Amino acid sequence: MENTTITWLLAEAGVKALIISQIVLVLAAAEVWIERRIAAFIQNRIGPNRVGPMGLLQPFADVVKLFMKEDIIPAAAHKNFHRLAPTLALIIAFSVYAVMPFGDYVNIMGHQVKMGILPDSNIGLLYILAMTSVGVYGITLAGWSSNSKYSLLGGLRASAQMISYELSMGLSLVGIIMLTQTLSLDAMVKHQAGWFWNWHIVTQPLGFIIFLVSSFAETNRTPFDLPEAEPELVGGFNTEYSGMKFGMFFLAEYANMATASGLISLFYFGGYNLPFPQEMLGLEAGSIPLALVQFGAFALKVLFFIFFFVWVRWTVPRFRYDQLMSLGWKVMLPLAIINVLITASVIMFLK
Amino acid sequence: MENTQSYEKDRLTFWESLYLPEIARGLGITFRQMFKPKFTRQYPEERWEPEGSYRGRPVLVLEESGERCVACGLCSRVCPALAIEVQAGETEKTKERYPIKFEINMLRCIYCGYCEEVCPEEAIVMSKDYDIIFTDANEAILGKERLLVPVERLQDRLEFLRQYK
Repeated sequence: MENTTITWLLAEAGVKALIISQIVLVLAAAEVWIERRIAAFIQNRIGPNRVGPMGLLQPFADVVKLFMKEDIIPAAAHKNFHRLAPTLALIIAFSVYAVMPFGDYVNIMGHQVKMGILPDSNIGLLYILAMTSVGVYGITLAGWSSNSKYSLLGGLRASAQMISYELSMGLSLVGIIMLTQTLSLDAMVKHQAGWFWNWHIVTQPLGFIIFLVSSFAETNRTPFDLPEAEPELVGGFNTEYSGMKFGMFFLAEYANMATASGLISLFYFGGYNLPFPQEMLGLEAGSIPLALVQFGAFALKVLFFIFFFVWVRWTVPRFRYDQLMSLGWKVMLPLAIINVLITASVIMFLK
Repeated sequence: MENTQSYEKDRLTFWESLYLPEIARGLGITFRQMFKPKFTRQYPEERWEPEGSYRGRPVLVLEESGERCVACGLCSRVCPALAIEVQAGETEKTKERYPIKFEINMLRCIYCGYCEEVCPEEAIVMSKDYDIIFTDANEAILGKERLLVPVERLQDRLEFLRQYK
């Protein structure tokens, strides 16, 4: 069995993609439940608790409801773009998972199988930034194709916001690139191996804050969720969507949230590394228990950041649009540039 | 110039304008709220019982000797939503009149309580029932058998009427 022929590579990538896409779908469903329960607890009430034990089947009830709804396309809308927009948003939301490392490698039947579809590609970071840029298309298309004032305004605002914050996101990652001298995500995670003071949050605190705020803006989460805020814009860019198309936007938003949590934990919190050197566990490298432990560590970090996203949503009030843009261009971008300068000077000083 | 107010004291200091410490404080408050007691009532298992002054659905009072109603038709006449229909008949009892047909259309009833207020016999009172469910519009027209309620179950409302009317 050659493990380098193209068919085997495609088969391996296909199986991994299948597993990862299922995990992300279940995670998005779980996020619906997490959001409703945490929101309820913060507001001194219990969330959904009727549908399954502790309401765990509530997301499935929501999905069934959305499938049963009538799919309405406004008569004056551009039909093909109206259909294309949620699909595009969803495809982009899922595509970032191709380069995320979920763990180190596993030895299955003598072959070394990396955990992740392409975690050590040497353009990993560039791919992620490119995908988030293309993600703007989904929302813009949605806003424009609905042929309605509110949707158009919502779509334009959303795309302007996302573009503005991509700059500071990219620049805050330049600090990480300077530290790790690579664009490959797996190498970045391995750079943080060992004790928890090797994690990039210790060496790049300002970069972390900038990246965190930019992720909130990229995923259109409160306090930056003006494009989809109901009181301001009657629903924003997804006003004219009903049924499963609306469900797909929702799913894309939650998948983006999971992606952003994954990226934050990969870049700044050590990815799949444990807070202590993994040799202390005594498990041999490439074994399945170690892989499970690494995956568990990564999963815990991602879940914590998802909880953090929900926590901030129900704490902080929404930004007005001009405050949002002013924050992005006049505060975040200069801070990101300053971060790059400081990192560069410290690295030069320490050489 | 004398009547202008200085807003210098309202300007944010540098640390305040970062907003991050304030957001962190806010996050702490929200986090503590998650562990405080919840105020949700688990509805079908824990029902809310209203007090005597509550106006629920109108019911006819049933004593041992039959209903108190004498089919005078005042409730039907005063009902703002025209929900009550009464048909009178003769009886051998002391009250001499009784309703052959007494129907309230619950889809029209607005629970205002005027029928209870105008009744000279205190024969129709607003009970405490608030969860009234139908699966068919014809079920919503309640006849006498669904409107008659023994007087023991209506004591709270009769007590309230005695005190305040």
